[in-house]
Amino acid sequence: MQITLTINDKLVIWDVEKDEILADTLRSHGLLSVKKACETSCCGLCTVWVEDKSVLSCTTLSVRAHGKKITTIEGVSKDAEDFARVLTAEGSEQCGFCSPGFVMNVLAMKKELVNPSDKEIIHYLTGNLCRCTGYMGQLRAVKTYLGVQ
Amino acid sequence: MFTLSDLVQPEKLETAYQVLTNKRNNTILGGCAFLKMGSKRISTAIDLSNLNLNYIKEQDGFIEIGAMTSLRELETHILLREQFNGLLPKAVSSIIGVQFRNCVTVGASVFAKYGFSDVITALLALNTEVELYKGGRMPLADFLKQPKVKDILVRLWIKLDTRQATYLNLRKSASDYSILNVAVSKLDNQWTIVVGARPRRASIAIKASAALSQRSLSDAEMEEAANQAAEELAFGTNMRGTAEYRKALCKVLVKRAIMEVASECK
Ligand SMILES: Cc1cc2nc3c(=O)[nH]c(=O)nc-3n(C[C@H](O)[C@H](O)[C@H](O)COP(=O)(O)OP(=O)(O)OC[C@H]3O[C@@H](n4cnc5c(N)ncnc54)[C@H](O)[C@@H]3O)c2cc1C
Ligand code: FES
Ligand code: FES
Repeated sequence: MQITLTINDKLVIWDVEKDEILADTLRSHGLLSVKKACETSCCGLCTVWVEDKSVLSCTTLSVRAHGKKITTIEGVSKDAEDFARVLTAEGSEQCGFCSPGFVMNVLAMKKELVNPSDKEIIHYLTGNLCRCTGYMGQLRAVKTYLGVQ
Repeated sequence: MFTLSDLVQPEKLETAYQVLTNKRNNTILGGCAFLKMGSKRISTAIDLSNLNLNYIKEQDGFIEIGAMTSLRELETHILLREQFNGLLPKAVSSIIGVQFRNCVTVGASVFAKYGFSDVITALLALNTEVELYKGGRMPLADFLKQPKVKDILVRLWIKLDTRQATYLNLRKSASDYSILNVAVSKLDNQWTIVVGARPRRASIAIKASAALSQRSLSDAEMEEAANQAAEELAFGTNMRGTAEYRKALCKVLVKRAIMEVASECK
């Protein structure tokens, strides 16, 4: 099946299987920032944006991306790098395995929430599991990055 | 993960229903999160994306919600945040995470009648009707009692009344299923107490609701209604909790929910 989509601001036409998931399609086209872990829709690692909204690319069928705008870390590399520097400076990353999905969701939150409270930040990021950090360092880094108290 | 041999994206509900009923394992796709947990071999998958069923709107005294509306839209829509003390946003807000709720659909969440559902518990506390393509429009409580037949849930209708409501639950961890969930609402003097994740499908505690509607709202009477709900409903055991634990929890959560609604009504 052929789908036409805008991926990181570039129009592409790709052939996909009808039951192919978006994470696999993106990876097969070299977008290797997109990763999978749980594949049961629970961990958030595979987060990408569809029409600027965070979604799980392990759960989204590629055919549903037809006609849509898809963004991966490769498409927001400057913002991702800025945030990654804060993460490192705050010591809030260990193995880094969870980072691709976490970064995408933090950037989505930045666009959606104005001056969020700790509670709102935690709630927005609940779907991003991290097995190393215990989350407090991440919260500190997110607050520093967003410039909130 | 499921597999599928063919996929159609019909522009008419009639076509979607025809394909659905053509073959036993032809299947409607919602957001695919639950389907993905299994390994169903689907012959023809029916994607409802082209049917404009992704909306929440106010119409003729009802809130109308299309089946393909995501749980995140339920959570963030201004109408639902303002109505019924934000009951629906509250109920869906603990389901996994934002990205997940952007994927999964309300139509699937109701049609599948999951016992653990937070959505069904909240909807039952409101005057909710489901509209099925073939089965027509009926109260949610009636739909839940029907045996499963192949059909398409097209939309939900929630009566836009002045009901006060609340939703409470207990989870072992943030994104786990509820061990028990409770929704309570009050319209004029009419109380509705709903308990779900027992772990059976949510149901209304009919006797406790009726009794509470006859009472004044002293602390003892609220407690009595909560105890009555726990006696009236059946509880079961699974890895999240025993029947005894759920019954005890029911008394506490129902009483708290009644107290919350009573204080909203003051
Ligand atoms: C890991 C995980 C954790 C979850 N935790 C919770 C939780 O804590 N609380 C909670 O309330 N829910 C929870 N859910 C359920 C979730 O919220 C959705 O209800 C569920 O995923 C189904 O939605 P979907 O859009 O993914 O449907 P799908 O997986 O696409 O479909 C599910 C079923 O519904 C059928 N279907 C879909 N749409 C329609 C329609 N319009 N008409 C008729 N049939 C239809 C499909 O054929 C399929 O049989 C969880 C799900 C998962 C996968
Ligand atoms: S791989 Fe998609 S949620 Fe875990
Ligand atoms: S830093 Fe290792 S999983 Fe998050």
